[in-house]
Amino acid sequence: MIVARPKSFEDIKKLIQNYKKVAVMGCGGCVTVRSIGGQKQAEELASLIRLWAKREGKEMVVTEVTLTRQCEPEFIDSIKERVGDWEVVVSLACGVGVQCLAERYPRVKVFPGVDTTFMGATIEAGLYWERCVGCGDCTVAETGGFCPVARCAKNMMNGPCGGSQGGRCEVSPETPCVWQLIYERMEELGIGEELDDIRPPKDWSVRPQSMVMEHLRVEKKTP
Amino acid sequence: MTGKNPQAVGAGFKPAPAIPVLTSGSHLEKLLREGRFVVTAELGPPRGAERAVVEKKANLLNGYVDAVNITDCQTSVVRMSSIASAQILLEMGLEPVVQMTCRDRNRIALQSDLLGAWALGMKNLLCLTGDHPKFGDHPGAKPVFDLDSIHLLHMLKTMREEKKMLSGTPLEGEPRFFLGAAENPFADPFAFRSRRLAKKITAGAEFIQTQIVYNVDKFARWMEEVREKGLHKRAFILAGVTPLKSAGMAKYMKKHVPGMDVPDTIISRLEQKKSKAEGMDICVEIIGKLRQIEGLSGIHIMAIEWEEVVAQLVERVGLLPRPVASSRQ
Repeated sequence: MIVARPKSFEDIKKLIQNYKKVAVMGCGGCVTVRSIGGQKQAEELASLIRLWAKREGKEMVVTEVTLTRQCEPEFIDSIKERVGDWEVVVSLACGVGVQCLAERYPRVKVFPGVDTTFMGATIEAGLYWERCVGCGDCTVAETGGFCPVARCAKNMMNGPCGGSQGGRCEVSPETPCVWQLIYERMEELGIGEELDDIRPPKDWSVRPQSMVMEHLRVEKKTP
Repeated sequence: MTGKNPQAVGAGFKPAPAIPVLTSGSHLEKLLREGRFVVTAELGPPRGAERAVVEKKANLLNGYVDAVNITDCQTSVVRMSSIASAQILLEMGLEPVVQMTCRDRNRIALQSDLLGAWALGMKNLLCLTGDHPKFGDHPGAKPVFDLDSIHLLHMLKTMREEKKMLSGTPLEGEPRFFLGAAENPFADPFAFRSRRLAKKITAGAEFIQTQIVYNVDKFARWMEEVREKGLHKRAFILAGVTPLKSAGMAKYMKKHVPGMDVPDTIISRLEQKKSKAEGMDICVEIIGKLRQIEGLSGIHIMAIEWEEVVAQLVERVGLLPRPVASSRQ
């Protein structure tokens, strides 16, 4: 799931201070699950902006709205009648959602209300760790189910570097060394000798990527 | 995913054919193949464009060591390039070991720079993954790490023996470097360190320069594993040493340098004596113990910003004068 961190209110104020018609747009997808950018957070941010605008004597109309997902055309379309009322949309979706709105509605300014950080997992309530970079060439079958591309600071493909100590990564004592995890898991599974194989350089595919699933394609109606 | 890139998909890694002896023509390679106990030292280029700094440091080492490693922006701090600094050494008549990391260059830049290094007359190459930029003076730099050290070794071995680039494109003239790698016997998981060394040797490493040794007992245990696997017969192993200037330096290394094992006994000795001479004595003792270990082919002195003590150190451990290779041209 996509993980994001709320921008500070100071940063958001700087983005919107010169506008009078502002919408705060939550997203019911990943950021809702993380309690970062869902309906509740959109309402809270909108209230905060109203209070601030009032205190500053600013004339500002603040609307809040939450889409089921900001990355799907049908949900994005649901606001097409209302977009004309806003100068600015502060999107609490991930960077994908922000751009989907910006592409669909070229006349409104779309600003991010969160910093999208990574694709990750909930380790415990409020603690998330990156797990995947979407490299397009998944080889975790060779590494005990752990990804050295997302989880090794140096993208090592052939075992731990010289900075692995006590199961921790040299870049930070909070970061587990993924190669220690790989080593332990593969030994445990009885396939430790596979670690002696040398893995070839990775294919760092062209970005941006696209993907076609033919069976899901629908015939486009003539515009 | 198949067929996207012949370099990465289904390439089926095979070790390149065994190397013919004396491919590089380097002095270091000749001495090692003659069975001499070699001494190499490290030279850190300046954080600026001042050629005289390199010359001064090189003069301090000239005649006392067999080859001089030129670091490649060690600890991710910007310094004069290793290839440019190595060229200055060549002009002075010293033999450089060019250090090259995967931190700042992708496979295109690595191959390009190293073709140039060979053309300039550099014959020894130490292939490293490199420190993370986080540790340096530009912590926001984009880390490259397109290849790792094992890929780099194998790429250079393939260039040398199959006269091909990583892409398979034929080379107009192949670089024939004497290939080296680093290994840290003190990192974890300990049981995997000698296996990782074996991978490096299979990929192409002919000489190994280790992380700095302070814990000689642990190093000796690692060397036992190396001998059990016969790795000391497939590559020449040089143990890294660094004289400590003070207890403060020892504590700093223990605490802040990843993968560094500094026993408390060494720290307390430095605390009691409070002198650089004690640091030198400790280093002399360590080298003495290392020379008792079977399978070791030399020492690599990393006198960090203290190059002036290298001559004295080499003399005190009885490794002067340095030999002239019998087959030196």
